Amino acid sequence: MNRSQLHSEQEALVIQSEVIKYGDNVDTDVIIPARYLNSSDPSDLAAHCMEDLDADFGQKVKDRKIISAGKNFGCGSSREHAPIAIKAAGVRCIVAESFARIFYRNAINIGLPILECAEAAQALRDGAEVEVDLSGGIIRNLTSGEVYKTHPFPSFLRDIIESGGLTRYAKERML
Amino acid sequence: MGMTMTQKIMARHAGLDHVEAGQHILADLDLVMGNDITTPVAIGAFREMEAAKVFDPEKVAMVLDHFTPNKDIKAATQCKMIREFAKEMGITHYYDGGDVGIEHVILPEKGLVKAGDMVIGADSHTCTYGALGAFSTGVGSTDMAVGMATGKAWFRVPEAILFTLTGKPGKWINGKDLILYIIGKIGVDGARYLSMEFAGEGVAALSMDDRFTVANMAIEAGGKNGIFPVDDLTKEYLMDHAGEIGVVEEADADAAYKEQYEIDLSTLEPMVAFPHLPENTKPASEAGDIVLDQVVIGSCTNGRISDLRQAAEILKGQKAAKDVRLLIIPGSQEVYKQAIAEGLIDVFIDSRAIVGPPTCGPCLGGHMGILAKGERALSTTNRNFVGRMGHPESEVYLCSPAVAAASAIAGHIVHPDTVVK
Repeated sequence: MNRSQLHSEQEALVIQSEVIKYGDNVDTDVIIPARYLNSSDPSDLAAHCMEDLDADFGQKVKDRKIISAGKNFGCGSSREHAPIAIKAAGVRCIVAESFARIFYRNAINIGLPILECAEAAQALRDGAEVEVDLSGGIIRNLTSGEVYKTHPFPSFLRDIIESGGLTRYAKERML
Repeated sequence: MGMTMTQKIMARHAGLDHVEAGQHILADLDLVMGNDITTPVAIGAFREMEAAKVFDPEKVAMVLDHFTPNKDIKAATQCKMIREFAKEMGITHYYDGGDVGIEHVILPEKGLVKAGDMVIGADSHTCTYGALGAFSTGVGSTDMAVGMATGKAWFRVPEAILFTLTGKPGKWINGKDLILYIIGKIGVDGARYLSMEFAGEGVAALSMDDRFTVANMAIEAGGKNGIFPVDDLTKEYLMDHAGEIGVVEEADADAAYKEQYEIDLSTLEPMVAFPHLPENTKPASEAGDIVLDQVVIGSCTNGRISDLRQAAEILKGQKAAKDVRLLIIPGSQEVYKQAIAEGLIDVFIDSRAIVGPPTCGPCLGGHMGILAKGERALSTTNRNFVGRMGHPESEVYLCSPAVAAASAIAGHIVHPDTVVK
């Protein structure tokens, strides 16, 4: 898989799926261990995504497309390979209590939808059926019936997201 | 409302008189850096943008330091791709082969960062250069690509935590002990999205190498950057290495801080961070019976000459325990040569250490010191996450060069005083 194939998948604005749940401080070394960083091919990275944290991730992600996690998701290294691995593995959206700042930038920059919502992230259990409306920032727990609303992205970031990532934004507006 | 030191640098590089925390800015960059892991992805993004050339070949740095000397065919292929790109773009600050060293050791050494600069690097420890009074932060490969193509990057202006330092550090205390103490206190997300600004009369008691170590690990508290005021020592370093000081910014007297801490350096003890987070700290004297298989001294955190001097002072005339593999990795060729000139390398080899070429190598579980299942390392590096140095069921403990050297002799984690004769 090359980079443009990773980007070309059209993002649906509403995503419905069961949740894969993780805890606090999921670091980029467990998202994609450095021993696999001798490749930057998204499908190579996806094949080893999360393997040091959850050996069953590869199985789970076949039909569960939303990750929910605790605080500081994506802390550690700046490797963009981490959000690339998650996206290429088939994850469509991450809902966390909070994100580490470099991971947050990287996810926005490559067009991986992420939502910061402490209430939803704390309430969502592993396997819960969830609907995420990305345009409205609304998270519906279809299992419990609860509904959560996130803060909207600031307009500057919304422009990057709507362009389909930072490279497209930069190509259109900065070059 | 006044601005913090970081906010002042940001405002100037965004062409604004004033910025507020939370504001998004597009800033001009003085330097864009990448390494052999992150640059290949950035080249892909650069090609995707169909950018014809880099914004300024003098303001892009590429350092092939992580998997080099090339550890396998895939890593060699990535390095080759960067080498060709650097040639095509005429990148001046391209470091490979015998010119290489660990990125955050060599960029200041080669004078590529000055006070008041705005620097991004596709490596999380780019925050190191805050020691020079610059704003510098880690970003991903797409940011690097856009930075290379346009000379700009977007930022959200951060709030800051102020750390006021007083007193003088005692014997064996390294910048590492200060930053581990801070991370233990505020946690691995205690400074998330925030600047960590250092001030106070205690700053003068920290060497430049100590300040690099402290700023380097700001990211381990989740910080956007760590930054030190520019004093006579900084100016002397900058004149020696860059030939100019740059722009000295100071925080306004009425700058607002989200939190403030006062730390008396004289009360610091040699610290250790237990697996699997840098916040799991305790004094080395309270470590208990932690038996070691490997000890690593080096990295962008603690691979500078004063780190090696600290280790040599303890290792001189003593030997690493029979069951401990002691690896010592000078952070750059300059550090290596200086260590040879001072006789430190003889001390290391006589103490049963393996002295390796400058590389990030084992720090990230890349090569040259990988741990097997169940093995345990004590390391002067910066992360002790699950699987960081090898097998997911291995363990990494973090500390200063003094604690590492002493513990290598003892075979388990000890306070340096335990082994010094």
